[in-house]
Amino acid sequence: MDWGALHTILGGVNKHSTSIGKIWLTVLFIFRIMILVVAAERVWGDEQDDFICNTLQPGCKNVCYDHFFPISHIRLWALQLIFVSTPALLVAMHVAYRRHEKKRQFRKGDQKCEYKDIEEIRKQRFHIEGSLWWTYTSSIFFRLVFEAVFMYAFYFMYDGFRMPRLMKCNAWPCPNTVDCFVSRPTEKTVFTIFMIAVSSICILLNVAELCYLLTKFFLRRSKKAGKPKQHPNHENKEETKQNEMNELISDSCQNTVIGFSS
Amino acid sequence: MNWAGLYTVLSGVNRHSTAIGRIWLSVIFIFRIMVLVVAAESVWGDEKSAFTCNTQQPGCNSVCYDHFFPISHIRLWALQLILVTTPALLVAMHVAYQQHQEKKLLVLTGHADPKHMEEVKKHKMRISGSLWWTYVCSVVFRLLFEAVFMYIFYMLYPGYQMVRLVKCEAYPCPNIVDCFISRPTEKTIFTVFMLVTSGICIVLNMAELVYLVVRACARRGQHNSNPPSGKGSFYGHKLSSEYKQNEINQLLTEQDGSLKDMLRRNPGLQEKGDRCSAC
Repeated sequence: MDWGALHTILGGVNKHSTSIGKIWLTVLFIFRIMILVVAAERVWGDEQDDFICNTLQPGCKNVCYDHFFPISHIRLWALQLIFVSTPALLVAMHVAYRRHEKKRQFRKGDQKCEYKDIEEIRKQRFHIEGSLWWTYTSSIFFRLVFEAVFMYAFYFMYDGFRMPRLMKCNAWPCPNTVDCFVSRPTEKTVFTIFMIAVSSICILLNVAELCYLLTKFFLRRSKKAGKPKQHPNHENKEETKQNEMNELISDSCQNTVIGFSS
Repeated sequence: MNWAGLYTVLSGVNRHSTAIGRIWLSVIFIFRIMVLVVAAESVWGDEKSAFTCNTQQPGCNSVCYDHFFPISHIRLWALQLILVTTPALLVAMHVAYQQHQEKKLLVLTGHADPKHMEEVKKHKMRISGSLWWTYVCSVVFRLLFEAVFMYIFYMLYPGYQMVRLVKCEAYPCPNIVDCFISRPTEKTIFTVFMLVTSGICIVLNMAELVYLVVRACARRGQHNSNPPSGKGSFYGHKLSSEYKQNEINQLLTEQDGSLKDMLRRNPGLQEKGDRCSAC
């Protein structure tokens, strides 16, 4: 189970997202997850081995490393990416639930069900309206919250986004204030800034998507309020016609089938 | 065979689970297995090489590491996840057995065409009868394994917190030696995270158990008020209605094609047709 599997899971959700949602997912996978896997993990790979303190005192290096890096950048980003991509599963679950309901209707032979077969239900794309709108909006909201929380945690733990070259440490068992040198500080700073920038872009995309959904919601509401309630939706009109046709056909069917079976 | 292989095996079981079961499976794979693979394994990667003791005595390092870490957290979690996810295979086996029975029934009743066989494979089994008992057993085993491993964890590493320093005096260390653990804070964070998700999974399993029991009692209550019309498997019932449907279809193909087209376009009509032929 790795990032590839997460990509497979979330790829399915993509179908029911808005365009901004699709862009967000692409940015997430290409500019964050992929960069993390192919580049950032190598930069941070030797972070503890090459963290060198100016002392021979055993244990001083371990303690100082632990003091300055309570949780590594890489792990924090991995957790952030997992948490940020998971709210999309709420949408996937809601869509799966709707599909299940439609399949049940179809199997019962409900006349309201306009699908030819189960495959069509499986392939159908749902519009983001009704309860699905609320689920979708909640998922975006959670995404925003998680992004903000992790950005704040990052800033709080590492006091800014710059990786210093030298850290002074005097935790026990270090005998005095010892100089400790971080491995690849400039490269780490570059990647940190890159990841923060992309994280901000993702936050902006989420905010834009939220605004788009709210605007769509209010527009739809004002349209409904403007038009009188003759035909609540277009489909009902067609359905009424279809029902009439069906009635006529079933009457003729009754006569024909009875005739043949006798 | 790796975590991806396990994911493939268990995704199949997912289809026959309850909604809570599916949520549980997602939590297991995304918040436990995935976090283990992409994050936790690299935190514990250098646990032995960076375990440093304040001594030059050869062997002291190894002995002290072995004394304080009889089994690494990572291996314990891997075992826990494997054992916790495996009871779902009981359900998979039972479902496969039921499907096999239904296929045999089809062959006996002369409906052994590929289309019906495919449908047996595709249709979702209802959790009732003996499958209910199997499912409940699998949930109980899951709970048991989770609880046992949480307890083992607590026994081996009391307090769940990873300390920075441990004092060791096992032979051949010459005296009480200070040993320093690598990345203790990061390890504590991930230990707490994995424990919290384990707790969430226990809660989900209990909720699923309660849901299954309540559903069974509700169904029993309904059963007592409406006497059963007929026994038989879910597919047995479907088979008889499909058999009727086939008869209707045959009659209709003997008719002109336009009528059949109309019926195909309006599947609801076939139910009416069903009623027609029954009268």
